Amino acid sequence: MMKKLWGIWLMLPLLAWAQAQPLGDDPAVEARLKALSTELRCLVCQNQTLADSTAPLAEDLRREIRELIAKGMSDKEITEYLVARYGDFVRYRPPVKAQTMLLWVGPSVLLVGGLAGLWLALRRRNQILVDDNDEEGEEA
Amino acid sequence: MIPELGHFALILALLLATTQAGFSLVGAARGNELWMTAGVSAARGQFFFIGIGFLSLAYAFYSNDFSVLYVASNSNSALPVQYRLAALWGGHEGSMLLWATTLALWTVAVTVFSRHLPPVFKARLLGTMGLISIGFLLFILLSSNPFERLIPAAMDGRDLNPLLQDPGMVFHPPVLYMGYVGFSVAFGFAIAALLGGELSPEWARWTRTWTTVAWMFLTVGIAFGSKWAYYELGWGGWWFWDAVENASFMPWLVGTALIHSLAVTEKRDAFKLWTVLLAIFAFSLSLLGTFLVRSGVLTSVHAFATDPRRGLFILGFLALVIGGALTLFALRAPKVGLGGKFGMVSRESMLLTNNVIMVVAAGVVMLGTLYPLFLDALGLGKISVGPPYFDTVFVPVMMPAIFLMGLAIFARWKNAALPDLMTRLKWAFGVSVVVALLLPFVMGKWTPMIALGLLMAMWIITTAVVSLRDRLQKREGGMIAALIHLPRAYQGMIVAHLGVAVFIIGVTMVKGYEVEQDMRMSPGDNATVGSYSFHFDGIQDQPGPNYMAAVGHFTATRNGREVAVLEPEKRMYTVQSMPMTEAAISAGLVNDLYVSLGEPVSEQAWAVRIYIKPFVQWIWVGALMMAGGGLLAMLDPRYRRRNKTQQGDNA
Repeated sequence: MMKKLWGIWLMLPLLAWAQAQPLGDDPAVEARLKALSTELRCLVCQNQTLADSTAPLAEDLRREIRELIAKGMSDKEITEYLVARYGDFVRYRPPVKAQTMLLWVGPSVLLVGGLAGLWLALRRRNQILVDDNDEEGEEA
Repeated sequence: MIPELGHFALILALLLATTQAGFSLVGAARGNELWMTAGVSAARGQFFFIGIGFLSLAYAFYSNDFSVLYVASNSNSALPVQYRLAALWGGHEGSMLLWATTLALWTVAVTVFSRHLPPVFKARLLGTMGLISIGFLLFILLSSNPFERLIPAAMDGRDLNPLLQDPGMVFHPPVLYMGYVGFSVAFGFAIAALLGGELSPEWARWTRTWTTVAWMFLTVGIAFGSKWAYYELGWGGWWFWDAVENASFMPWLVGTALIHSLAVTEKRDAFKLWTVLLAIFAFSLSLLGTFLVRSGVLTSVHAFATDPRRGLFILGFLALVIGGALTLFALRAPKVGLGGKFGMVSRESMLLTNNVIMVVAAGVVMLGTLYPLFLDALGLGKISVGPPYFDTVFVPVMMPAIFLMGLAIFARWKNAALPDLMTRLKWAFGVSVVVALLLPFVMGKWTPMIALGLLMAMWIITTAVVSLRDRLQKREGGMIAALIHLPRAYQGMIVAHLGVAVFIIGVTMVKGYEVEQDMRMSPGDNATVGSYSFHFDGIQDQPGPNYMAAVGHFTATRNGREVAVLEPEKRMYTVQSMPMTEAAISAGLVNDLYVSLGEPVSEQAWAVRIYIKPFVQWIWVGALMMAGGGLLAMLDPRYRRRNKTQQGDNA
């Protein structure tokens, strides 16, 4: 029954098989906008990128970025412009600076430290087990 | 009347939890069997009364009792009944009650399925779980009472957040909590073992089953949440590294390390301290997750500071549980033996290395999740740590773990020879590299990330195939029969590892080859995205039970053949007048077609977002395979035997 109804629907729009237009005019601009906006935060949303958000403010900001791209600004300049206006909060990739040093070096420190600690622990363990064997024979 | 009964039942449950903890722990210390038996009865009684509390609140939701503040804040009379019931855990108070109920459920499960445990050990286990239950029930009664009355009663409720009005809400939180809270059993086993000062391979065998069940629930719960985000949030993402997601991912990472570590403790009597520490960590991270999600600290550090009562309670509880456990650990650790000896290159050392990497990975996730909170709390500015950060740091950390995963299943216990491993895996490595390098060309786009992702997935698959071939060669009979007769634990391991490969393929493909188009479409328009063509047939208003919807109708064709009909919706929920986007998805093994309605851009035209998402379903299939592998491993006959028999070989 639904199907039939939709069949009528199909006929309604004058059978015009027009090709739909992309929202943006220039695919190259859209690609850059997409890349940029996936790294930017939608400021009125809970926790969403500018690319994903459907909030009106996000729509406005995307339009503005399109204009900035049209003006010939580079991605870096656009990001700097937005950071100047909204602060680092707008970037999902935090900038590397004094306050975020720990954030960026932390993972490597954890990994190297963890593996080094493991290596030392294993070496000591084998040492102890060898000593035990010397004294008491086969350990349990 | 019924809400008061529920409230009263929770008070009784608290008293019984205290009885459970007291009688069990003191009874165990004195060797008093009567007291220990009393502890078991108290545990069951506690479950009974928490159950009454839970059902009372469910009834208040079911009967639209808006004289209960929590019901009035989270439900509405127009809400369909399944969501009215799910609204029980739609807010803070109810979530806490769900937590406590789940804990009571696990506790009763322990009393039923642990008859074979030595009474003293079982008493210590139940005592520990009783202590945790006291904490949560106190928290509920003192600061998060879901039964608080609203006088005068509201005419109608403020409704459940429309985002949560979804079948996902009915299943995701309970399953996730089963996982979260299930780690309390592993925690209890660890504490009981430390109290007794004995960590035997038997202990590991008992702990393993419980931990694996909890881990399976957590795996399925997280996958569920990810799938829900995928179809509900309207932008087709499946993981956002949101703090709430990370809160469940951290215990998962440590839990994964734990089930592997337990395998070694059971088979080789090694890593005992490490295993106990992991059990403590896994549960601590579950608590931390609860704290993060439930204290309000995420929405705003400052909101937390202005009403710190709840947050401080959880924080104090967290400090008590973790601090107490670690103190006990420090006191007892020197007494625990080292166990079996093994070389620097052996299956033990590789599993241990991967364990360390999993914990480091959890640490990295924690760093990224908590860092902005700390900066903000210290007044050092507001930053956002999002997907670009986590993708950059998480993938490199996990890569060596994936490599070792393939290697470790071939390494022998005690001592493995690297040259021998290399000869055996030459073939697997070669095939992986060739496929990783060439397949992207066939797909039409080559990037280092795609090649790397495929390399990791292929490495897991090829090593699994080589391992299976080696095993099957030793067996008589047909392929299928031989496969079925492999030890369950081994089968489980292979399935779970292949699940990781399937997951990686899904992630790599959808990241690498996703096509997205934002279109402006009027009825009658056609949009070509990838190799598909989407015809916008029209849009129609349709009333829902508690919302108005505009339903779009799209026909997707490929090479002139109709492949799918898609009906994305734009809903306006009447009570909170909140718009919601319901994407339409045609799921497939190779491609998902995803259509989502944006805003109207003119009288006729709509902004329409269309995605082709290749292999995205593999992400969840992979997760389900991981959980399925856990299930298979658990069915291994040796877990059902009471006496000490060891058979099969797995890790």
